[in-house]
Amino acid sequence: MNRFGSKLQTHWDWRAAGNFMFGGTGCGLILMSAAASYPNPLPLALGLQALALIGLGLFLVWLEIGRPWRALHVFFHPQTSWMTREGSVGTILMPLALAGLFMEIPGLVALSGILGLVYLFCQGRILLASKGIPSWREPAIVPLILSTGLSEGSGLLILTLYAIDMAPIQGWVFFSFIAFLAFRAYAWSTYLGKLNGSKAPKNTLSILNGINPLMLWGANVTPIVLLLASMFLSSYTGLLSCLGALLAVAGGWYMKFIIVARASQVQGYSLGKLQKGRPKMKAPVRRKPDNFVFDQKYEKENN
Amino acid sequence: MTRYVMIADLNRCVGCQTCTAACKHTNATPPGVQWRKVLDLEWGEYPDVERLFVPVGCQHCADPPCMHVCPSTATGQRDDGIVTIDYDLCIGCSYCTVACPYQARYKVDKPEFAYGETPMASEEIRFDERTMGVAQKCTFCSDRVDAGLEQGLTPGIDPDATPGCVNACIADALSFGDIEDEQSNVSELLVENSWFQMHAELGTEPGFFYLWDKELPEELQEKMQGE
Repeated sequence: MNRFGSKLQTHWDWRAAGNFMFGGTGCGLILMSAAASYPNPLPLALGLQALALIGLGLFLVWLEIGRPWRALHVFFHPQTSWMTREGSVGTILMPLALAGLFMEIPGLVALSGILGLVYLFCQGRILLASKGIPSWREPAIVPLILSTGLSEGSGLLILTLYAIDMAPIQGWVFFSFIAFLAFRAYAWSTYLGKLNGSKAPKNTLSILNGINPLMLWGANVTPIVLLLASMFLSSYTGLLSCLGALLAVAGGWYMKFIIVARASQVQGYSLGKLQKGRPKMKAPVRRKPDNFVFDQKYEKENN
Repeated sequence: MTRYVMIADLNRCVGCQTCTAACKHTNATPPGVQWRKVLDLEWGEYPDVERLFVPVGCQHCADPPCMHVCPSTATGQRDDGIVTIDYDLCIGCSYCTVACPYQARYKVDKPEFAYGETPMASEEIRFDERTMGVAQKCTFCSDRVDAGLEQGLTPGIDPDATPGCVNACIADALSFGDIEDEQSNVSELLVENSWFQMHAELGTEPGFFYLWDKELPEELQEKMQGE
């Protein structure tokens, strides 16, 4: 198999990348802050920050669509579309978290934290289903999106707790942050390794390999070292852990921007394997029967 | 059942782009949008140079990734396998565009015509405001197919029931027809020739076949590999 005619896709730009960057961080933050505060009420600053990030991501996507006033159509295809599923989860998550925050019901906040994890999973699956882009359809992208969302959320949690003067932070938050960073380093290395072993476009590989040292050492290993050091150097705990958190969040955002907007070359064209004889064709997979809206319109037109 | 497919005979295609021009004329697509286009491949060194022309466009897959990802259900599939877009449902999110492995989808946000702001006659007739800001692609000229069927014509045989690009092909390189019919023109072509489907390894089951009889030279494969 040989491919040619690969080029950078330009349909999803920084606005789409923004949804993965901010939405992912917001989801990680709502999950981690819900876990850290449970069973006490979640501080308003944390909850609102997480929801603002998720909302900002969705707003950026809204800016990108060609028919913004039809945005509600995004909910029409939960059967197979991960974009519909992401939108639906977001729509439940937002009011649930707001109710939990303002009515001070930790159970609702915890539930929205779990939905944040589901939202992150949907984001990973959205990329995985994009068969035209080799760097997105690699299955290892799902754990990478999950791990980076959790790392960014944990990092932002630590930064915010210091900012609103709520330190000291529970030890398990630090340890889980370190674990998520280690998970992200592993997920990144696995993702890059699998892409390098595939027939992904050369430009994609060159861009992703180019940021590898920064991602591995700058965004993962250095924050882990800083966090570990902060546990032993008690007079510098705040500075070191905030620096580590900052690197982790910025690194995650940078990585997602690069994957979505810069290393997203289409696979191009190819001449396939030669075959002979009448092909055995799979029957078309039709969507009409599972679509209520379409069926209604179809029936209306045909009656 | 009926399943319409298209065949491009690469041994016959001369790269004249008449199919591209016919498609643009038939569907009045805006500048830069080519529902049917022809790739021009060249390899070797003078005087030993070879060229190959490969028509591409929507492959009307049996299992189309664009349809599965579409959040609005705008992308659908007819019983005869033709993949459709409902312009009134599409939100223009471009998810289908990045999901399509064949670079077959386009999105145009504002009216554009070949010669500036004044549309040509064909553009004036075929311009459809509903296509602005939404996904668009080759329809296998389903309007022509349907109109022809209503008149009792056979798609792929009778020009009035056949896609514009196939009708226009000067080298008889493009064919269209029902692959479920063992006696059809397309079934016979596939039985009599060696062929391939593009990106078949992705499991999309494209409804577009290429007649071809040789592997690409190793030198070209290396050059093109993962470009």
